[in-house]
Amino acid sequence: MATEAHSKTMTTEAVNGLDVDAIKADFPILQEKVNGNRLVYLDNAATSQKPNVVIEAISDYYRHTNANIHRGLHKLAELATEAFEKTRRHTAGFIGGVDTAEVVFTRGTTESLNLVAYTWGEQNIGEGDEILITEMEHHANMVPWFMLAQRKKAVLKRIPVTADGYLDLSGLDKLLTRRTKLVAISHMSNVLGTINPIREIAERAKAVGAVVVADGAQSAPHMPVNVPELGVDFFAFSSHKMLGPTGVGVLWGRRELLESMPPFNFGGEMIRQVGFDNVSWAELPWKFEAGTPNIADVVAFDAALTYLERLGMENIRRHEIELTEYAIARLSEIKGLEIQGPNDSSQRGGAISFTDPDLHPHDMSTFLDTKGIAIRAGHHCAQPLMRVMGKMATARASLYIYNDRADIDALHDALVEMRRYFGL
Amino acid sequence: MIELDELYREIILDHYRSPRGKKPVEQANVKSAGSNPSCGDEVEVEARIEDNVLKDVHIDCKGCAISTASGSMLAETVKGKSFDEVMAIADKVKKLLKGEIDESDEDFGDLGSLQGVRQFPVRVKCALLAWVTLIEGLKDYANGKGGNSKIMIKTDTE
Repeated sequence: MATEAHSKTMTTEAVNGLDVDAIKADFPILQEKVNGNRLVYLDNAATSQKPNVVIEAISDYYRHTNANIHRGLHKLAELATEAFEKTRRHTAGFIGGVDTAEVVFTRGTTESLNLVAYTWGEQNIGEGDEILITEMEHHANMVPWFMLAQRKKAVLKRIPVTADGYLDLSGLDKLLTRRTKLVAISHMSNVLGTINPIREIAERAKAVGAVVVADGAQSAPHMPVNVPELGVDFFAFSSHKMLGPTGVGVLWGRRELLESMPPFNFGGEMIRQVGFDNVSWAELPWKFEAGTPNIADVVAFDAALTYLERLGMENIRRHEIELTEYAIARLSEIKGLEIQGPNDSSQRGGAISFTDPDLHPHDMSTFLDTKGIAIRAGHHCAQPLMRVMGKMATARASLYIYNDRADIDALHDALVEMRRYFGL
Repeated sequence: MIELDELYREIILDHYRSPRGKKPVEQANVKSAGSNPSCGDEVEVEARIEDNVLKDVHIDCKGCAISTASGSMLAETVKGKSFDEVMAIADKVKKLLKGEIDESDEDFGDLGSLQGVRQFPVRVKCALLAWVTLIEGLKDYANGKGGNSKIMIKTDTE
């Protein structure tokens, strides 16, 4: 992935450090035809595609390393344990050099957030306490808190979203009270693309003594994330949205908090000592990893992190800013098309929601699919936000490292053709 | 584009652009609301049954071309039919969408155009939404509940 500075036909991507053609070649699924067309994959906010190195890492693990971890005394058990823990160290470095013991593997962002709700939340939220979320949360960072509030007779409050897709922080001082125990915010919206000012919110939340949870499912794959700098207490994200396998999530938590929390699941792996009438828990992070984890996929996640680092997260972010800007400009050319979220691509990621006044997003998606273009249509697991936006659903194109201007042009042309097809 | 033309047959697009059954029903004794949680589509069906006949039907669809057209055809088809006739028609529509019968097997009228949806399995739910919503409303009516049924369509398309 050299910067190709010598290339005569230097593309914008190359200037930004990403050689998209070379990247595309690393993803076998991008060589496939869908409905007879080249696959234009624009559903990356749902899940990313996987490069060869990740696919191979999974099969390599099963061919050469497979064993259960943390207990066997044989060679393979040692290799498997080392490979698993290597990913943990790598992950700790990837998010800003945090303490390895603070990195817990889960099944995904959803489980990471539920873990916090069921352990820290159960222990620390009481009747009349307040939990503050935002209107733009994914259900994963909303429903666990809603249920927790219900169990504890706590109050769920929300930071509103402005018409142009930003959090409205003008009333934050009123929303944060002495009763605010927890603030849960998405780092980057999966619908609007908005990058939220986590640091500022965390700082103000800390001033009233609240614990801050950030949902990093959309940010970690697309921009450099330095968790200690964000000033949050918990940070959750998923492997599968950042080139890694499904079924692997990460929960980072501040050590003091993780230590104070009870385990989430009980069983093997998470104990230190078990008697018939007493048990003691394993150390961090294993206290939160009961049972045999998803070893192969955690091991393969390491390859995904390496791939991303080789490209450089700064470069990935620059590539997406440039491409998002291009996409918004091209989509704006289409009559009637309404684009949601911030206009300023430096304030947002590449999840671009749009609606057509005359067509339902499902019909749009079906039409685009016949052209080999994969987008998402629906409420994007953010029904409350849809209500705020006054939409039943939106169409969403979301970008990643292997997308280029040709993909955006294909989307543009298909949308124009779609309007003709439906006689609009 | 042949498959797409099958899905969006002219009849379907016509019903989508000018849906029937929009007029509210006076003294409705069947009320049912349905939603498809996977896409957010919502439909409300109201009807007035007199002497076992659906005298009037109103449908309000907030959804895609397929669910709107299917609902519009429903309103057009079931008006004036008896309770049992409506249930039988709904059953046939389900069978048509599941591929158990073909449009040529029955006198489907406009409803036959829904056959093209079969080639798009993820869209079958859209076509079913209005029908399962009506059926639930009618069942409640038959059970003497005649009130406000609320259903969510299942992802396995029933």
